[in-house]
Amino acid sequence: MSRRLCARRTEGVDKNIWVEFTKLAADYNAVNLGQGFPDFPPPKFVQDAFCEALRGGPMMHQYTRAFGHPRLVETLSRFFSRIVGHEIDPLEEILVTVGAYQALFSAFQALVDEGDEVIIVEPFFDCYQPMVRMAGGKAVYVPLRPKAAGGGAVLSSGDWVLNPEELRSKITPRTKAIVINTPNNPLGKVYKIEELQMIADLCIKHDMLCVSDEVYEWLTYDGAKHVKIASLPGMRERTITVGSAGKTFSATGWKVGWAMGSGKLIKRLKAMHQMSVFDCATAAQEAVAQGFEREYEVFGTPESYFLQLPAMLYHKRNKLAACLQSVGLQPIVPEGGYFIIADISSIKVDSRDLSTEDEPYDFKFVKWLIKEKGLATIPVSAFYSPGHSKEFDKYIRFCFVKEDSTLDAAEDILRNFIQ
Amino acid sequence: MGIFRTLTSNLTVIRLSSVRNNKIIMARRLHASRTDGVDKNVWVEFTKLAADYKAVNLGQGFPDFSPPKFVQDAFCNAVSGGFQMHQYTRAFGHPPLVKNMAKFFSRIVGHEIDPFEDILVTVGAYQALFSAFQALIDEGDEVIIVEPFFDCYQPMVKMAGGKAVYVPLRPKADGAILSSGDWVLNPKELESKITPSTKAIVINTPNNPLGKVYKTEELQMIADLCIKHDMLCISDEVYEWLTYDGAKHVKIASLPGMWERTITVGSGGKTFSATGWKVGWAIGAGHIIKHMKTIHQNTVYHCATAAQEAVAQGFEREYEVFGTPESYFLQLPAMLYHKRNKLAACLQSVGLQPIMPEGGYFMIADISSVKVDLNDKRTEGESYDFRFVKWLTKEKGLATIPVSAFYSPEHSKEFDKYIRFCFVKEDSTLDAAGDILRKWSQAQ
Repeated sequence: MSRRLCARRTEGVDKNIWVEFTKLAADYNAVNLGQGFPDFPPPKFVQDAFCEALRGGPMMHQYTRAFGHPRLVETLSRFFSRIVGHEIDPLEEILVTVGAYQALFSAFQALVDEGDEVIIVEPFFDCYQPMVRMAGGKAVYVPLRPKAAGGGAVLSSGDWVLNPEELRSKITPRTKAIVINTPNNPLGKVYKIEELQMIADLCIKHDMLCVSDEVYEWLTYDGAKHVKIASLPGMRERTITVGSAGKTFSATGWKVGWAMGSGKLIKRLKAMHQMSVFDCATAAQEAVAQGFEREYEVFGTPESYFLQLPAMLYHKRNKLAACLQSVGLQPIVPEGGYFIIADISSIKVDSRDLSTEDEPYDFKFVKWLIKEKGLATIPVSAFYSPGHSKEFDKYIRFCFVKEDSTLDAAEDILRNFIQ
Repeated sequence: MGIFRTLTSNLTVIRLSSVRNNKIIMARRLHASRTDGVDKNVWVEFTKLAADYKAVNLGQGFPDFSPPKFVQDAFCNAVSGGFQMHQYTRAFGHPPLVKNMAKFFSRIVGHEIDPFEDILVTVGAYQALFSAFQALIDEGDEVIIVEPFFDCYQPMVKMAGGKAVYVPLRPKADGAILSSGDWVLNPKELESKITPSTKAIVINTPNNPLGKVYKTEELQMIADLCIKHDMLCISDEVYEWLTYDGAKHVKIASLPGMWERTITVGSGGKTFSATGWKVGWAIGAGHIIKHMKTIHQNTVYHCATAAQEAVAQGFEREYEVFGTPESYFLQLPAMLYHKRNKLAACLQSVGLQPIMPEGGYFMIADISSVKVDLNDKRTEGESYDFRFVKWLTKEKGLATIPVSAFYSPEHSKEFDKYIRFCFVKEDSTLDAAGDILRKWSQAQ
C-alpha cells in the first residue's frame, strides 16, 4: 500500500501494557499476581446455569435481543431497582455489552465528540485514556493523592483523596464528562458518599456527564460501603453506570457486562452497540440472568455470593498485605476491589540488573521481578498520565484474587529475595 | 479564536440559566455527532414486528434448529473444563482456536497463515467488519460497496468517517433472470466509481441477500482494479461453506497480489449454525491485522473463552473429516439445498418469482406480479417492499425482509419489488410458510 494504510484513530492507542506484561509473565512461567482475574472457578451455581443454558434448546444457540437477552435485562432491572430504590426500565435503561470494557467503549463513542474534554481521576484503569482519545476527546487528569499524614505512613486507600479545588480547576467549558471508578483499580479506594457528593455537585453545576465504572461493586472490605453516584440527587439523568458479570461472578472469560442509565443516554449507547457488535452471546447471558435471579432471592443472607466472595477475598487481602509488610514492601491496604499496591522505594535493586530502556522505574522493577524472581505484577505508573507518572513510579500492583497456593508461592518468592 | 470564545461564553450563560431555573437538563449537545443518523436499524424494527404478530419467521437470518451435536458437546465440555475456561484468554484470539484455524485455512488457501499475526478473533463477523472499517477508513476515504449489501457496511463506513460509493449488481439484460448468477457487475461502471480517495471495496460472497457466489473471473476483475488503484478489499465470506448446484466459493485473498491487501471475514455462527455464540474472525496479512488488533484492544479487548474453545474443537474435528461425508461443511449445504428448492418451488407456485441463490442463507423473490391493496396509512411514504413486508407480517403472519433495505438511498427505488426469505429453517417452519402462501394465493 503506497498510501497511508491505517486510520488516524489507531495512532497513539496501539500500545497496551496487558499484552506486553501478560506475555512476559507467560514466557517466564511467573507466579502471576499481575493481570486481574481469579485463578479459581466461578461458583457452582453459575457454572451449572451455563451448562443448563447450553442444553436449553436451539434458541439458546442463536441470536437473542440485540440490546440484551430479555431474561437478563429483566433480572438486572429487578435486582438493581431494589438496590437503588427506583424502577430501572429493563428495555430502555439497560444495555448488555461484551464485558464492562465494551460498555465503556460504547459510552465514550456515544457521548464524547471531537474536542470534548473528559476528566479522568488517576490512577485509572488504563483503557479510559485510549478510549477517550479514539472518540476524539481530550483526557484531562486529576490525581488522587495520599493525604499528608501527620508523621505516620499512609496505610489505606481511604487516605488517597481528591483535592476539590484541583478538580474544579480542571473543568472548562469543553468538559463533557468525568470518569470515576469505585472501588478503584489499582488503588482499591472506595469513594465515600461525601466524596461522590462533591463530584456530583460539580457535574450538576457544570452540566457534565459521569461515567461510573463499578465493576468491583460487591468487593468492599472493613465495612466500607459501595455507593452508586447515580443514586445521588440530580445524577440519574447524567450518569452511565458500568457493571461486569465477569467480576461479579468470578467469570472474567464470559465477557458479559452492562451499562445502566437514563433512557436518553442509553439510546445513544445502543446506537454505537448496534454498529459495533450488535448482539452479545445468548447462553452466557442466560447463565448470568440465572445467577442474578438466585442472588436476588438470597441477597443479604449468608448464602449470597455477593457476601461470600468479599469475605473470602478479605482474608486473602490481609494475608498478602501482611506478607508484603514483612518483607519491607509497604502496602496501601485497599478498601475494595481486586488489587493491592505496594511502595517499592525501600527495595534496593542493583541498577545493573535493571533494563536500560527509557521507561519508568516501576516498569523496570516489574520486569526484573518477573525475569529474575518469577513473580508477575503490574507497574502502577501504567495507570497514570504521562504528566504524572514520574510522581508515582515507585508502586507496583498485586492481584490477590488468587488461590491460597498462588499467594503462598508469591510469598515464598518475596521472602527469599528480600533479606 | 474570537468566535470560539464567544460561543463558549454563550454556552456558559445557557448552562447557568438552566441550573437557576431548577431544570436539570443538558443544555449542550448530549451525544456525539457520530450517533446521528445511525440509530435506525431494519433488524430491530422487523424483528420486533415479527415477534409482535407471532409471524412465521423467515425474516432474520438464523437457523431455528440446533448446531451439530459435536460442537454443542464441545461447548459443554469447555464450560466444565476447569477455571481457565471461565477466565480471560489471549486478547487477539484463544490460542487453540487461532492455531486450529491457521491449520485449517492454510490448507485451503495453499500458504501458511500465521495464527498470531494473521488472525484476529472477534465477537462475531460483525465486530470483525467494524474493526476493519475503524482501523482502515479515515475521514474522507471512499469505500465502494457492491449492492445489494448487508446493511451494516454503510453505517460502519459512515461511523469511520468514510463515504460509501455504491455500485449495483444488475440482472443481465438477456433472457429470464432465474439465478443469482445472472446478477453481475458492470466492470466499466465499477471502474468509473474509483477516485483517488477510494480506499477499499467491500464484497460479500456468497452474497446476502441475493445469494450470488462470485466466480473466479468476477473476482479477478475486482482484484485487477484493487491492484491497479492500490485499494484494499474487505471480503465478507460468512456463508463460505454454503454453495449449491456445484458453485465454488473462491477466496479473493488467494488471487495473486491480493493477500497483502485483503481482509477476509468469517463467522463461527454461520459455519456451525450457532449465531448466538458470537465468535467471528478476520484473516489477513499481519501488517493489516495489526491495526485491527489496535482497534479491538480498545473496544472489546477479549472475546469469550469457552465459546472459542468450542469453535476450536469444531475446526479440529472438521480438519480431520474435511471432504468426507462426515463433514458438517458438506452436510449443511446438502441439507439447505433441499430447503432452498422446497421454498423456491412454493414461491413459484404462488406467483412469486424467486431468484435461485447459488449460495448462502437467503432467497429473494420478485413481488411485482402480486396485486395487493396496501391501504395502510401508517406505512404511507415508505418504499413498496417495506410496505408489502409489513402487510405480509401483519395480515398473513409471515415475516420476511424488504430487499431495498440492502440498497443505497440512490438505488433503492430501482429495487423495491423484492423481498427476502431465509430458508435455513426447520421443514416445519417452511411448511407453515408454504401453507400461508398457498392459502393467500387461493384466496386471490
